[in-house]
Amino acid sequence: MTVSQTPAPAGTPAMAIQPAEVSSARMIATMAGIGIISGILLVVSYMGTLPTIEANRAAALERAIFEVVPGATSKTTFTLEGEILRPVKDGEKPSERYYAAYNDAGELLGVAVEAQGQGFADILKILYGYSPGCHCVIGMKVLESKETPGLGDKIEKDPVFVSNFEALDMSLGPDGDTPANPVVFAKRGQKTQPWEIEGITGATISSKAVTNIMYTNSMHTVALLEHNLQVLKDGNPSGQLDPQD
Amino acid sequence: MATPAANLTRKTDIQSADTFIKGLWRENPVFVALLGMCPVLAVTNSVINALAIGLASTFVVTLSSTMVSLAKNVIPKQVRIASYILIIATFVTVTEYMLQALSYDVHKALGAFIPLIVVNCMILGRSEAFASRNSVGLAALDALGMGMGFTLACLSLGTVRELLGNGTLLGIPIFGPSFEPWVIMVLPPGAFFVLGMWLLLFNWFKQRKEAAE
Repeated sequence: MTVSQTPAPAGTPAMAIQPAEVSSARMIATMAGIGIISGILLVVSYMGTLPTIEANRAAALERAIFEVVPGATSKTTFTLEGEILRPVKDGEKPSERYYAAYNDAGELLGVAVEAQGQGFADILKILYGYSPGCHCVIGMKVLESKETPGLGDKIEKDPVFVSNFEALDMSLGPDGDTPANPVVFAKRGQKTQPWEIEGITGATISSKAVTNIMYTNSMHTVALLEHNLQVLKDGNPSGQLDPQD
Repeated sequence: MATPAANLTRKTDIQSADTFIKGLWRENPVFVALLGMCPVLAVTNSVINALAIGLASTFVVTLSSTMVSLAKNVIPKQVRIASYILIIATFVTVTEYMLQALSYDVHKALGAFIPLIVVNCMILGRSEAFASRNSVGLAALDALGMGMGFTLACLSLGTVRELLGNGTLLGIPIFGPSFEPWVIMVLPPGAFFVLGMWLLLFNWFKQRKEAAE
């Protein structure tokens, strides 16, 4: 049981301390002891910080939603059941989520949709706001990106690129299932139509990636939102019906 | 050791001060010992990231050194490394939860580098080389000094890289709109370049001091 009970003075070389014979049981007991103390410490800190962490996450998501749907002050989360959207029940955590955003009067301003796809480096996750009023996208925010700092990350900062998403046309075509003019990529300075996304010189791949994500996602999401418009309008958290009805 | 009591106290005071200060400059973990290169190069592309990784590492090294020093008589030598890693990993996980609760954005920016503090050689090095053979007070002082030295080093890199690579400090524009950012500085090559420059400066100081002696 005596493993160098007296601490060696500072500066003693490690080799000078000869390890005494110690039984395996004692080694196992020591490791188990440290393990138990560690476990308790981890559980305590996890339980202690969990409410704050969850609140932070929810706040960050809410900020992002209100950013892509300007003017919104409240939101309701919807999930997909077959082809029908329904509000998410308390405690439910579905993988597919649509965030309907409303103003103070309870009017539906837009729906925030999460979309993702391959970027230049790793997966890009974006959130865009679709407004049924103008049948267009009214905002876009990058949620997760590992794009090259200074180059690819311009998709978050470049003012011209960001302005693409202030009124990006998404009007449905005669079939009612896909946008009449699916979004397409345009080189810098060559955007002429409201459904074109003007790219960034020096971040071509990243801006094309965002265009692809928007294209793939909007091909089915826009129709889905338009078909479920009444459900979305009636879903405002205050419970009142949309005054326009 | 028949030293008079007064003399001993003075000696202890000097030793404590030296234990703390040596980590900041003379035995700086980054500039002198070249330890913990992975976080130093990877996450010092902005001042706030550098500060966060520095403070998180300081927190972990101080607490684990204190724990290791407290438990040094209980831990058999044969399982000491495993025990130290267990202690360090516990504090790293605690730090990660705390950072996540404090700032969601900083935690997101640092990504995988907070869990990787576990394998920062500086921390295991202080446990093995110092904390396991010194009193609790000295171990804590030594770890705090080393942690502050590490933070200073990260900040030295982070300040230069953010200033040149982004034209900002803590996100505040410094040079005005006409400044063209030197993008390479916030990319990995810039990290090596800036670290090399700082090492050059440190070694130049050291050589000059040695020449003077």
